[in-house]
Amino acid sequence: MELKSKDLLDIKSLDREEINLFLDSAESFKEVTGRDIKKVPTLRGKTVVNLFFEPSTRTRTSFEIAAKRLSADVINFSISGSSMSKGESLLDTARNIEAMSSDFIIIRHSASGAPHMLAQCLKSSVINAGDGSHEHPTQALLDLVTIKERKGGIEGLKVAIIGDIAHSRVARSNIYGLTKLGAEVRVAGPPALIPAEIESTGVSVFYNLKEALSDVDVIMVLRLQLERQGKNYFPTTREYARLYCLTAERIRDAKEDVMIMHPGPINRGIEISPEVADGLSSVILEQVTNGIAVRMGVLYLLGGRGEA
Amino acid sequence: MKKILIKSGRIIDPVNNLDKVSDLLIEGGKVARIDSNISIASDTEVIDATGQFVVPGLIDMHTHLREPGYEYKETISTGTMAAAAGGFTTVCCMPNTRPVNDSQAITEFILHKAATEGFVNVLPIGAITKGSKGEEIAEMAELREAGCIALSDDGRPVMNGAVMRRALEYAKMLHLPVISHCEDTHLSEEGVMNEGLISTEMGLRGIPNVSEDVMVARDIALSELTGGQLHIAHVSTRGAVELIRRAKERGISVTAETCPHYLVLTDEAVTGYNTNTKMNPPLRALSDVEAVREGLQDGTIDIIATDHAPHAQEEKEKEFDNAPFGITGLETALSIALQLVDEGVLTLRDVIMKMSARPAMILGIDKGSLHITSVADITIISPHTAWVVDPVHLKSKGKNTPFSGWKLKGKVSATIVGGKVVHP
Repeated sequence: MELKSKDLLDIKSLDREEINLFLDSAESFKEVTGRDIKKVPTLRGKTVVNLFFEPSTRTRTSFEIAAKRLSADVINFSISGSSMSKGESLLDTARNIEAMSSDFIIIRHSASGAPHMLAQCLKSSVINAGDGSHEHPTQALLDLVTIKERKGGIEGLKVAIIGDIAHSRVARSNIYGLTKLGAEVRVAGPPALIPAEIESTGVSVFYNLKEALSDVDVIMVLRLQLERQGKNYFPTTREYARLYCLTAERIRDAKEDVMIMHPGPINRGIEISPEVADGLSSVILEQVTNGIAVRMGVLYLLGGRGEA
Repeated sequence: MKKILIKSGRIIDPVNNLDKVSDLLIEGGKVARIDSNISIASDTEVIDATGQFVVPGLIDMHTHLREPGYEYKETISTGTMAAAAGGFTTVCCMPNTRPVNDSQAITEFILHKAATEGFVNVLPIGAITKGSKGEEIAEMAELREAGCIALSDDGRPVMNGAVMRRALEYAKMLHLPVISHCEDTHLSEEGVMNEGLISTEMGLRGIPNVSEDVMVARDIALSELTGGQLHIAHVSTRGAVELIRRAKERGISVTAETCPHYLVLTDEAVTGYNTNTKMNPPLRALSDVEAVREGLQDGTIDIIATDHAPHAQEEKEKEFDNAPFGITGLETALSIALQLVDEGVLTLRDVIMKMSARPAMILGIDKGSLHITSVADITIISPHTAWVVDPVHLKSKGKNTPFSGWKLKGKVSATIVGGKVVHP
């Protein structure tokens, strides 16, 4: 089978088969990343542009390593020092980059929908590396790969996503990915951080962490963005931690073999306690490792579209 | 001035309970005769209106002409040209120009421009507060003297209830309606679209219905207290419709408008991040659209206004968060209203009432009917002509329409202002 789109903008528009295609391809690239010489010639002569309008270390580096292992040339663009600070529009910036013959544009932007805008106007494959509060598709794919590795599959698993669901692109992508693959998804957080009508996406909503964690196989903890303080979403981070910080005590309500995930970067002691983040159930660093294989797979599949 | 004979059109004039095929003669810029088979002298221009509607010129109570200050978006000349193309013979222009129309000087500038470069009648709306800052009420008596026919801080709601109270009291003394953009900006915060499943899915900040509802409730209460004439702009929520319905039942001096887009689009249109679906208030849920349609049917909502809000292409070609609110509307409003007639939501009479006669009554101006000796502001509509909305062909500088590619029915074949054909 082949992907329907030249771009990877979201998980919502992917069907189950396409998601599985991405997961399978990540698994085969994992073998490459385990080799002594971790490089294959798949994308030799292709140009990958990292266009990051928000600070990011993990995701940008992960895409860069993935592209380099596929032998592509990688250009990193960051907001400071670019013409955006001279008032150029996003679209003009992207058109100029494409005029230099880019094949892939990987974009992170604070505005939801920014990658869609580029995808409509550009011939390059656009990969969404996180847009506003909308989606972060490669994060969801790497989370799915990590869960599959540990649990053998996704179908039937109970997954709790904890924290700021309203502003989280990671939550949205995972909700779509997990529900499409047959998991039961719960979300939990204070009311103001649960977005309107989220139940209609097929998840159940909990405000009480104990109930949310009862008997779950997987716990995904979201980063509490500290700039949300002072907007009355919750009174203080102190009180937030009191209700929602994932502690060793609290994970006892989950299944014994529960796995703990976090997209990073972590606020230790706010959304997750250090002993849980570093504990035996935590797969946080596995997630990072899998990120590279997932992104190699994404570049490979989008690059090979139409050539098969 | 040339005499014009409009021949064999179906004349629809709700105020005079007229709906018949007849001739209409314009003489000296006024409606001179309505009769069958009017014979004419050779110097009379004849417009054959067979199979067409001849109606009192449409009146838009909610237009942004952008001049002075934002001439790159629209000018009084291009905006009124668009109005003429859309069948409007009179537009009321909102004061959110740069500078804000809160003074005699700006009002006179607008009227001068309209007289020298405009195509249709322009009636300025003055600001409620100085600079539309919501702090001190503007010099309303001077604004009225200069030619303003209503007051509004459209786009920048008067958040302070005490200021709104004083504004309604003072405006009442001057017999000026106060047009309220009802939005609690604390509740809408930095929202960019309707709050609901679609905003959740798209990761866009939502504007809840309640941000409109609470201000409609407040302003109705203030109108009741002061007796001031309140007109609620661009109603978009089911809650607002219900509040206005109950206020009218209690005899409070409130009227209301909605816009074509709130009658035919829901927030699902935003999917795909098309910035031409971004306006304030935002496109709402289906249950709101249904309630607004009902409100229009039962008279709770008095009129259809356009909220014509042109923007430059480069402003709309931005990330959804960063694009400005507003869509262009003068040239599509009538066809969309006629679509509602086809759907059985409104009668033809309702449409003419709500787009001409009722606005004139609310504003207290002698327009909106075709009685003999009335100024000949007339729109001729070819009801069955189908057309496809192509932004390139809009007369307005603003190409920002959510209806691009829509197949619509009903086109304006001629617009006559004061006895002069201004379109085509």
